[in-house]
This record gives sequence, C-alpha cells and structure tokens, in this order.
Amino acid sequence: MTQLILEQALNGLQFGLMLFLLAAGLTLVFGIMDMINLSHGSLYMGGAYLGAAAAQAAGSFLVGLLAAMLGMAVVGAALETLLLRRLYARDHLAQVLATFALILIANETVRMIWGPQPLPLNPPAALAGPVELFGFSYPAYRLLIIGVGLAVAAFLYLLVARTRAGMWVRAGAANREMAEALGVDVRRLFTGIFALGAALCAAAGVLLGPLLAVQVGMGENILILAFVVIVIGGIGSIRGALVGSLLVGVVDTLGRALLPTLLRAVASPEVAGHLGPALASITIYLLMAAVLFFRPQGLFPARA
Amino acid sequence: MKDRRHALLELGLLAAAALLPFALQAIGEDYYIGFAARLAIFALAATSLNFVVGHGGMVAFGHAAFFGGGAYVVALLMQAGVVSAWLAWPAAVAAAALAALLIGALSLRTKGVYFIMITLAFAQMIYYSVISLQFAGGDDGLPLDARSSLAPFDLGNDRALYWVALALLAASLHALRRVAASRYGRALAGIRQNEARMEALGYPVFRLKLVCFVIGAALAGLAGALLANQNGLASPGQLYWTQSGMLLVMVILGGVGKRYGGVLGAIALLGLEEALGLVTGHSHFYVGLALLAVALFAPRGLAGLLERKA
Amino acid sequence: MSGLLEIAGLKRHFGGLWATNGVDLAVREGELHALIGPNGAGKTTLIHLISGALAPDAGTLRFAGADITRLGMHARVARGITRSYQITQVFPELSLLENVRLAVQARRRDFGSSFRFWRPASADFSMIEEAEEWLGRVGLAEQAGEHARDVSHGEQRALELAMALATRPRLLLLDEPMAGMGPEESEHMASLIASLKGTQTVLLVEHDMDIVFRLADRVSVLVAGRVVASDAPERVRDDPEVRRAYLGDEVQ
Repeated sequence: MTQLILEQALNGLQFGLMLFLLAAGLTLVFGIMDMINLSHGSLYMGGAYLGAAAAQAAGSFLVGLLAAMLGMAVVGAALETLLLRRLYARDHLAQVLATFALILIANETVRMIWGPQPLPLNPPAALAGPVELFGFSYPAYRLLIIGVGLAVAAFLYLLVARTRAGMWVRAGAANREMAEALGVDVRRLFTGIFALGAALCAAAGVLLGPLLAVQVGMGENILILAFVVIVIGGIGSIRGALVGSLLVGVVDTLGRALLPTLLRAVASPEVAGHLGPALASITIYLLMAAVLFFRPQGLFPARA
Repeated sequence: MKDRRHALLELGLLAAAALLPFALQAIGEDYYIGFAARLAIFALAATSLNFVVGHGGMVAFGHAAFFGGGAYVVALLMQAGVVSAWLAWPAAVAAAALAALLIGALSLRTKGVYFIMITLAFAQMIYYSVISLQFAGGDDGLPLDARSSLAPFDLGNDRALYWVALALLAASLHALRRVAASRYGRALAGIRQNEARMEALGYPVFRLKLVCFVIGAALAGLAGALLANQNGLASPGQLYWTQSGMLLVMVILGGVGKRYGGVLGAIALLGLEEALGLVTGHSHFYVGLALLAVALFAPRGLAGLLERKA
Repeated sequence: MSGLLEIAGLKRHFGGLWATNGVDLAVREGELHALIGPNGAGKTTLIHLISGALAPDAGTLRFAGADITRLGMHARVARGITRSYQITQVFPELSLLENVRLAVQARRRDFGSSFRFWRPASADFSMIEEAEEWLGRVGLAEQAGEHARDVSHGEQRALELAMALATRPRLLLLDEPMAGMGPEESEHMASLIASLKGTQTVLLVEHDMDIVFRLADRVSVLVAGRVVASDAPERVRDDPEVRRAYLGDEVQ
C-alpha cells in the first residue's frame, strides 16, 4: 500500500510538473493581458507532433525535444505578433471566438500534414527500463520528466524573481498600466513571454508524448486542466501556477488510484464500482470549485 | 408600420421554413431534412445560450452540461421504459433547470473570467461523471431504441421531427422576446449595463441573474431532448467543453444579445461546415479561418452586419 | 430630539488608517443636512457606511428607530435609504425615460416584483407616467427619448438625481452632486436640491461652501474621521473649533 501511494505520488508529481509547463505561459498571458487563450493547448499538440516528427527523422529524442521547443517558440512569437496582439483590447467573447477558431485550424493543419492516425514517439532507449528506487522499481523515463520539470521550474523561478525581465513580468501582472508608465515595453515583453510559453508547451507535449498519445485533440483535454491549475493558483501568478499544478497533478493521480479502493472500504462494492471512478475523475474540479468558493481570487492572487 | 413589416417578414420566413421539407423532397434531397432538423435544434440551443450571455451578461462556458444533459435524460428514461415525449422532454427541461439552479447559485458568487472558468469546471464534472457511469453508456454514450413518442403526432420520420423542432424554436424565440420586453427583461438590461447601480436601486441582482441562467439552461435541456431524438444517441461529446465552446461560438458569430443571433450563428456555422464538407475533407480548417475573420472584422456578429446593411 | 438616521460611535479602518473614527451624527426627518469636511476627512467612507456599501468595524446605525448596522445595501434600499453617486452611474445604452422607469420599477412595495416575465413593461402606464413626472421635475422632459450616453454631463447628473428620487427614499444621500459641473449647471442643480426642501430628507456631501451654507438646514463638519460640529449653518460658521480645524483655510 505504502509503495503504491509512493509510486502514485511520484506519478502525480511528474504530471503536475508537466501541467506547470503549460500553466506557466497561460497564467502570464491571462494575468497580464487579461486574455483568454483557448489555443494554448494547440501549442502543446503542435509541439508534440513537431517533436515526434523530428525525433523520427533524426533518430534522437533530444533533437526532437529541442526542435519542437525552437519551432513552437517561433510559431508562438509569430502568432502573437500577427494575431493575438489585436485581441488584447477586445472583450473575452471575441477572444473565445478567435482562439476557438485557432483550435479548429491547428487540429486540421496537423491532420493535413500528419494524417488522422496518432504518431508514435518513443522515449530514449537508454531510459526505457525501470530503475530501483527506495525498494521499488520506477520507470527511468518518468524520473527524467520529473528532473526536467524541476529544472524548468527552478529556471522560471530565477527568471521571474531575479532578472530584470522577470521584474517587468511581475510588474505587468500586478498592474499593466503602471508597468507601461514606468517605461516597460510591454509589447516586446509580451511577444517574448508568448514565445517562451509556447516553447514550454512544446516541451510538455514532447515529454508526455511517450506516455500519452500524440494525437489530434490532445490539446483540448489538457487545456482545461491548465485552466483549472491557474484558477486555483491565482491568475497571473507563477508561484500559484506551480503550487496549483502540483496540487492538481497529485490530487488527480492519487484520487484515481486510491478513491475506488477507499470507497470499497466504506460502501457496497456495487456503489463503489459506480461511484469510485466518477468521483475520482472530478476531484480536481471539486477542488477548483472549493477554492473559488472560499478564495475567489485563487491561492496566490497576483493583483492586490 | 415598421414593426408590422417585421412581423410579416418573420411570419413569411417561418412559413418558408415550414415548407422546406416539401421543397427538399421535390428535388430529391431527403437527407437534408434531417440536417434542417439539426439546424433548428442547434439554433434553439444557441438561442438559449444567447439569452444567458446576451441578456443576462453572463459569459457561461458550460452550456453543454444542460444541452447534452437533456439528451441523456431522454436516453436514460427511454432505457427505463419511459417512451413518451410528454413525460421525458419536460423531465429533461426540469433536470437542466435544477442543475442550473445549483451550478448558477454557486457560480454567480464569482465574476468575469472566474465565472467563465467555474461554469466550465462544473460542466466538465458532469462530463467526467457521465462517462464513468456504466449505466449511462460510458465513453460510447447511450443509444435510443426509438424516437420519443409524441402521440398523437408521429415523430418517426425526419420531417415530423423537423417541424416539432421548428415549432419549439419559434415558440421559444417568441417567448424570449416577450421576456426581454417584460419588467424582468428590462431589469436584466439594467444589470447588463451597470450591475452595481441596479444593486443600489434595490434590485435583487443575484436572483434575477440566477433565474436568467436557469431559463437558458431549461431551454438548452429541451434542445438536448430533441438532439437525442435526432441523433438516436446521447453521447459524451455533447457534454464536453468543446460543445460549450461551439455553442458560444455560434452566439458570438450570430450576434451577442441579438434576437436572431443564436439562429444565425447556428445556421452559419453548421451550414458552412456542411457545405465545405462537400468539397474538402478539411472543412474545419476553413471554418476556423472564417471564424477568425468574424472575430477580427465583425465585432457585432452576423446580425450586426445585417443591421448595418438594412 | 430623535432623528430619522442616528449614528453612534461608527468606526471603519483601512489598513492602519481610521477613515471613520467614532462618528456620531443624527439626521432629522425632513431636513436638508449637509456634510462637509476637508479632503480625506472620510466623507465618502461615511456615505458608503450609511448606504451599506461598506460594513463598519464598530458602532451602530439606526434608521427610523430600527437597527440597520448589519443590513446590506439591498435591504437598506428597501427600508428607504437611497444614494446618488459621485461618479455618474446611469445606464448609458438606455433612454432617459427607461433609466428612471427602472428606478420606479425597483419600488416593489408600489409596483410589485420584477419577476414578471410576460407583460411588456411598456404596458405599465402608471410606471411610465411616474417616470415622466420625475424627468419633468429635474427639467429633462424634453430629452426623455435620448440615450443617457448622448446627453451632457450636467444632464446625466440631473438624471441621476431623478433616478434617486424615483425610488421615493425616506433618506436621500447625495454625494457631491455638483462634481465636475460648470457654474451654470451647478446653479441649476442647487435649485433642484433647494426644491426638495421640506418634502425630502437629504444628507448632502458637498465641497462648495457657498451652496452648502445657502441650502442646508443643518451642517455637520467631519474632520479626520470625526464629527467636530453639527448645528445650524451660521452657528457652524462661527464655531471656533470648526474655523480652526477646517474653515480657516477656505473661508475667510
């Protein structure tokens, strides 16, 4: 039992860190420009496809990962400059319409290039096996994801907390007009944030590719989870995104693994069989509703 | 004078819509009768959402819960042996309204983007709950053995279903127009423009908005009941967030708060999809481009464009 | 003598600042009571506390003999306390008539609930007639059909007053009704307020000393979150503490 919990907790940590890669960019876009970007999940999907294709062509997972990040950073910067920039001043409805349109376009573009079948993406051969860990074996590849996730989180923390650009980002999230008045070039800053966010999305897409499937529609599932994360964490807050991601990752993974078992202990097998999976799959939404109910601005509000 | 001309025009359009099946049969395109029924059903669903978004000023991103939920109520009741539409459809409406009462009461404590997100979260909860319930068919959805029985009318063919959907759509449009002009509707108009001021005037803003949310959901439940009959299936996709997004896109495309915004949006989106589907296997790509163009260049939707021409 | 509104020991702080620091104040039925004080004295906070937009940290508010300290804005409006706003708060996309009609409709005790879904509001002639009367009262009868966003600032303020009056308040809170107006518009507003005297209890917050001393039956002076004087205008003007604390730098 302890071993199961430990293993699932590690899985939850791993999933949470990947969610953080998506949520980090999304929360800044949302927080600073007050922009609802439904197409954020499409960057994740685009990255996964690009990575899978590049990895196959080069025969190297690492090349795939780097190519996806670079490629999506360019796509993200182009998207921001050419299109999304025009939507910042518009209301949320116009943003929903335009970015929903982008989802349709992205999904269809991927289908046109790679066809309707999922793309295979294998983890690096060296990491295919399990490793021994505190007395149980755990897939080496999942450990790598945890490592990369932690490294990116640390990098982002340093970037936001310690650098001039990071200070601008924090100022922008707290009060955009004030930051502009202080001479921050919000337009360029924002193109930068968007490109970085897109690269992080691509990284998540490639890293999760071997575990989940690289297929059309993969972005829609995870997009909503990313939104749940940033609403829980507090829109515009990187720290909130990290805490929210880990919370959602761990609660979701542990919930799925343990809730059915726990229910069987207190309810009849039939009731537990029906209720367990249902309850497990909605725990994070319950979590979000509860957070909004008691702390309407999320756990770490970026704005005073 | 202008009002009477409008009323005549509307009646004329309704008559033309009612005669549409005969015209389609005459040219041998019976398939499109079913498609027309689908248009009427989605027009009703989008209209119900437009009441919430356009009149109530609430950007709700979970309307699929009520739309798809209505479909599931009909399918589940049919599985339990309840075939009569006279029982099952009101049950779908009531279930949607009840769900909206609970979801709305919790969600309306939040504002702006948080309202968007919390309605989305509740709808996703319903989606995931339903797909994990085996008796609701899980991922495969729940097929209907037959269409609901609307005795003395026979719903067996697409033509009848189309007429029923059209009649319900017309009745709903008429009712919503009355509501918009009523004391209640005027109070909503005030809330949409300046909620704090309405509060200061002593209006029970929370309850007024909640009722709006419930009315919209109830109509969506009715549309869902029709959809189950048209598809012969209640499917999880009808509950998924992309369905909510699709309905919202229809509303924005047609014209937020415009009387025929939902209708125009549903016809334009589904019609475009269908038409493009004839010439390309990648219709969604071009649909996306068209929506993008509307978002950038027609901020008040198709209804706004028509008004400017008129 | 007991007042319509009685405030005792009212306190409210923001962070470390006591914006309202033990206010005692009584507004009598039928009087035009002016509230003055230097910038930052806490006038707007006090209006918020009376209207129910803010909750006090300590103290009590009694209205018409009942304790209303814990009531929200909505419940206070129902009891007859209506405020007009310092920043114009009308419904820009609605006609002036519809703006006032909504205020009339808000009076559930006279017209019944807003949860009536079928009959057109335009068929409620009594509501419309009354709305027209209020518009006439503030001199806007001619513009009844125009959208609120299309009329001048002064006319929007007059509309705001008509809306406040249309709720038939027992106590009307006017928060700087002349803010941002030219001299001519101010004079018009002053005469509108003067026309309310005797029939409408008013608590008026205003900067313009000239108008305050001309219109008010009684004047209360708020300094640093406390009422330092509350009396007839001429006696307040002569009060040495008031002169020292406040008037000294504005009225010679």
